[in-house]
Amino acid sequence: MSVAFDEKIHQTLANDKLQLAIYTSTARLIDHRKKSLTGQLPDFEDLRTHANAIKKHTIENLDYYLEELERNVIAHGGKVVWCRDGQQVADFVLSLAKERGAKLIVKSKSMTTEEIDFNERLEHHHLESVETDLGEYILQLKHERPYHIVAPALHLTRYDVANLFEKELGAPNDTVIENQTMLARKVLRDKFLHADIGVSGANFLVADSGAVVLVENEGNARLTTSAPKIHIAVAGVEKLIPRAQDLATFLKLLGRSATGQPLTVYTSFLSGPRRESEIDGPEEFYLVLLDNGRTRVLANEEKRQALNCIRCGACLNHCPVYRKIGGHSFPWVYSGPIGAIITPQFMGIQHEAGLPFASSLCGACAEVCPVKIDIPKLLLDLREDVVKARTEEASNQLERLTFQMFAFAMSHPRLYRMAGKMAGKFAPDQPWLRHAPALEMLPPVKRWMSQRDLPSPAKKSFRDLWKERKG
Amino acid sequence: MQRDYILRDVQKALGRSQGQGITPVPPVRIVIPDVPVSQRIDTMLERVAALAGKTLRAKSMDEAREYVASVIEGKTAVTSNAPFLRECRITELPGVRSGVTDREELRRLCATSNYGITSADFALSDTGSLVMISSREEARLVSLLPPAHIAVVPASKLLTGLDELFSILPRPAEQTSSMVLITGPSRTADIEQILVRGVHGPGEIHVVVVEGV
Repeated sequence: MSVAFDEKIHQTLANDKLQLAIYTSTARLIDHRKKSLTGQLPDFEDLRTHANAIKKHTIENLDYYLEELERNVIAHGGKVVWCRDGQQVADFVLSLAKERGAKLIVKSKSMTTEEIDFNERLEHHHLESVETDLGEYILQLKHERPYHIVAPALHLTRYDVANLFEKELGAPNDTVIENQTMLARKVLRDKFLHADIGVSGANFLVADSGAVVLVENEGNARLTTSAPKIHIAVAGVEKLIPRAQDLATFLKLLGRSATGQPLTVYTSFLSGPRRESEIDGPEEFYLVLLDNGRTRVLANEEKRQALNCIRCGACLNHCPVYRKIGGHSFPWVYSGPIGAIITPQFMGIQHEAGLPFASSLCGACAEVCPVKIDIPKLLLDLREDVVKARTEEASNQLERLTFQMFAFAMSHPRLYRMAGKMAGKFAPDQPWLRHAPALEMLPPVKRWMSQRDLPSPAKKSFRDLWKERKG
Repeated sequence: MQRDYILRDVQKALGRSQGQGITPVPPVRIVIPDVPVSQRIDTMLERVAALAGKTLRAKSMDEAREYVASVIEGKTAVTSNAPFLRECRITELPGVRSGVTDREELRRLCATSNYGITSADFALSDTGSLVMISSREEARLVSLLPPAHIAVVPASKLLTGLDELFSILPRPAEQTSSMVLITGPSRTADIEQILVRGVHGPGEIHVVVVEGV
């Protein structure tokens, strides 16, 4: 476990206010979810199994569905931009903004854009990008990362928000949540009406429709995708589902698992720019398909199920570890059990080797996961990877030490002479040394010897012979 | 080209080759219950009311118009171009602007009116959702920019739920760039998980279901 990870955990545990905020918010979300399922959705288990089968199938045939999606986006007048990483996304947005003379971007909530530090990348080029989801807007003003996949400002109280709005917006210190919300509405409404580009994420990409599906409660995603002339959706390549009809399965699971809503207030099914017959909507539509480590995850048949995730956040709410250490203890934007399995896979296990161990393996995450990702199993697999990598690193260190000793002896003539003499005395022309079992068992030597033969020492060294003959 | 590199990586990781077909697709799961219209109306209005929406089960188009008139009295409203609103003569009510097809004008009106009045292409009774399909008749912004939204829907448009919607519209993208399901008023719980309505979209929603049409 890294020092930073350890330190953040202890800070969170020692903060009573924060502990209470995390505990009550996650408890509310757990409660809402439970109420929306109990007696309300008798075929819930069936739906989970079906959703799992669809995601598994889609991921296993991902290249096929990506090409189908691309064809259909183009057929509806949109464009697809493929990006390897955040830099390429920023390059694309910056060049488009420059071409169109755009100055202001409004953004709806998207974990994928958080993942690539979207706003920060544009900020450096004097392109203003404003978060419009209330929680995300608060965090942007505070220069913080989301604390939770679904409830990004879960760790902040009305008092924090009052102070923040006073400091950043010059507003009177008002702790009434309704007033705070209406102030944000006013500020952001103006941004919506003046923005040149709207950037959204995607909850689902629908291959047979070339469509982006957005699920939200506030209406900011609708405004983001309807008010500006340009809509750019940024999505990970794994967000695909084959058919629009599959939404009948996924939408029933997502809202209930996330916030206990049978459906969120707004579900937008968007494909391409405004059609000629339509009155409003964007003139241009771009779908940015992002890799950013996802293709690496695909190679392992077992572990690729991490890509099934639909980002409902239920595993966070139900995780006894998340509920104690909170979202900011985690080293990347994805926190909780799902964060513990996708962070090491997207970023490499060295990113925070302690992550797969930050779990009691109680199994609550797998029990609530709407797409049945076996998170505890993946955590164990990743622990194995970490241990393997550590053993390898340790043996590398031993090998380095051995060669450091060798180099020291080589650069100190007296020591070298002495070592040579001893070798000559104890092991003259002894072939056993070449395959000495004791040596072969030492990991660093074993690896070295698997490629090389150790020369047997001569009875007399060249140095001694030289002395004898000359002398 | 990034596209080809990324696709090649995906194929390599999955052990697939260019142009390879797919493994069998799990079947679509669509289950449509048999629910009589009258019960659909009841469930629809119950759901909307549970989300703090206001509701009316109107016996006639006249009753629907009178209700709308009482709600918007003394206020300004903009309507979509849905023919049903004309049939109900809601477009003739005082304070109502209708028939706007210019994008900029509509946007200005929506940003300044007290009420946005629409019909709906469908409604989903089991969740209390309105289905808005963007078209010449229904613009996106009428149900989005004004602080309050009134939807007047013929009972015949009431479906049971998502499954029925996607069985009628297996590919919505074939007819629209935007299909939006609206389930209750705009809301947030981002500060302390406390519910506040009307954060970005309309904080007030009225759903009027007109029987017999």
